[in-house]
Amino acid sequence: MKVKEGLKYSRDHEWADIEGNIVTEGITDYAQHELSDIVYVELPKVGNEVRKGSAIATIEAVKTVADLISMASGKIAAVNEELKNHPELVNQDPYGKGWMVKIEVNDPNELNDFMDSAAYENFIKEEG
Amino acid sequence: MLKKTPFYEKHIEMGAKIVPFAGFEMPVQYSSIISETLQVRKKVGVFDVSHMGEIEITGPDAENFANYITTNDVSKLSLFQVQYSTMPYPDGGIVDDLLVYKLPDKILLVVNASNTDKDFEWIVKNKRWNIRLENKSDQYFQLAVQGPLSESVVQKIVDIDLSTISFYWASSCKIKNKNFLISRTGYTGEDGFEIYGDTPLGPEIWDIVFDAGKDLGIAPIGLGARDILRLEMRYCLYGNDIDKNTTPLEAGLGWVVKLDKGEFIGRDAIMKQKHEGIKRKLVAFEMEGRLIPRHNFKILSRSGTEIGFVTSGAWSPSIEKTIGLGYVGIEHSKIGNEILVDIRGRKEKGIVVRPPFYKNGTHK
Repeated sequence: MKVKEGLKYSRDHEWADIEGNIVTEGITDYAQHELSDIVYVELPKVGNEVRKGSAIATIEAVKTVADLISMASGKIAAVNEELKNHPELVNQDPYGKGWMVKIEVNDPNELNDFMDSAAYENFIKEEG
Repeated sequence: MLKKTPFYEKHIEMGAKIVPFAGFEMPVQYSSIISETLQVRKKVGVFDVSHMGEIEITGPDAENFANYITTNDVSKLSLFQVQYSTMPYPDGGIVDDLLVYKLPDKILLVVNASNTDKDFEWIVKNKRWNIRLENKSDQYFQLAVQGPLSESVVQKIVDIDLSTISFYWASSCKIKNKNFLISRTGYTGEDGFEIYGDTPLGPEIWDIVFDAGKDLGIAPIGLGARDILRLEMRYCLYGNDIDKNTTPLEAGLGWVVKLDKGEFIGRDAIMKQKHEGIKRKLVAFEMEGRLIPRHNFKILSRSGTEIGFVTSGAWSPSIEKTIGLGYVGIEHSKIGNEILVDIRGRKEKGIVVRPPFYKNGTHK
């Protein structure tokens, strides 16, 4: 299972890429593997206010459904429109073309308590 | 302890994701559930269905007894003909749905893996006349080769002319000089064959089938795609769409209930229900949106009254729509009737449609 360096990771298997006050968020390779084929991602509206810990997107997989949990508070700055027609990008490239939302965050320090890649790697080893 | 089919090592070699299913370690997918579904619709795929149960009825009254415990008319079967049927309780609820094979020396019942033990107990409990019953599930492997190219693949390996085998007929055949049972049956809506044989011979047959299909792009298919393929055809899945609380008439399986064939378990109850009329019906519906209706989600009328529940739901890659099955009150079951499905609190629009969802299946 791939874990990408330089990202922050949640215990719900989301990743966050922090650039200034913009946080790009998606689900991890482990998560897409667990969910198997993703057939639909319902994304939030750009401009929506979101709170850290709240469900902001719905991920429908063949066998199950999952939420994307926001890793920070702020405003939705962009969503990955490509996923509307190609939800399989989340399976194929979870850290790249399968990104889900960009959040303009109020305080990037909110993400400090999430795991780094090494800690997340250990975390999924224990889960698996 | 979970059981393994004789193909377990093959699944691992081919990169399957293994899940527990009906007491077996089964492959749910190899590459992707969606691509495996389309593989079977467009080309050919191989399913390990060895977890299915095989119950043999032998003796002079085998046929009469099979007729007594099932709803379809076994007496109408010619030698080597196969029949889809249901096995009801006295109250009309369904013990299982199954295939009935009329073979030279026996009646073979092929039943759902999760029900094999329950079915066998039920059949033994109702044993009558001069018959012998054996649960031979562990002694049979079962491989399903399904898809429009399946005949081209299987014809390369068997010693019989498959063009002479019609849909829902069977034959004995030889592969590498060993004996197998083959039938033109399946659970996908595509043309296809199911091959039965002695468990230890399974792995060799797997290799022979894959060698024969290599140039046609054959691929292994997991349970995930199997579930979508059957749902696209509106084939019932026991435990989802039918169970002990549903009757064959409610499930739209009246075509396998022959009330005029004579005495059988459940006949009185089903006859009574037929006379009084069913109060609810299993309907097929398509959703406007992409959220997936799942088992037991509530179905509502457009005005918001609860009218039933979902039994199966999926994204259909073959028709590129979200589809489902569910029971609704009979007054809501007409084709074109507009419904709502409560998906985690959201009321999503759907419409009752004429099954099957996928209309271009190649099954003969």
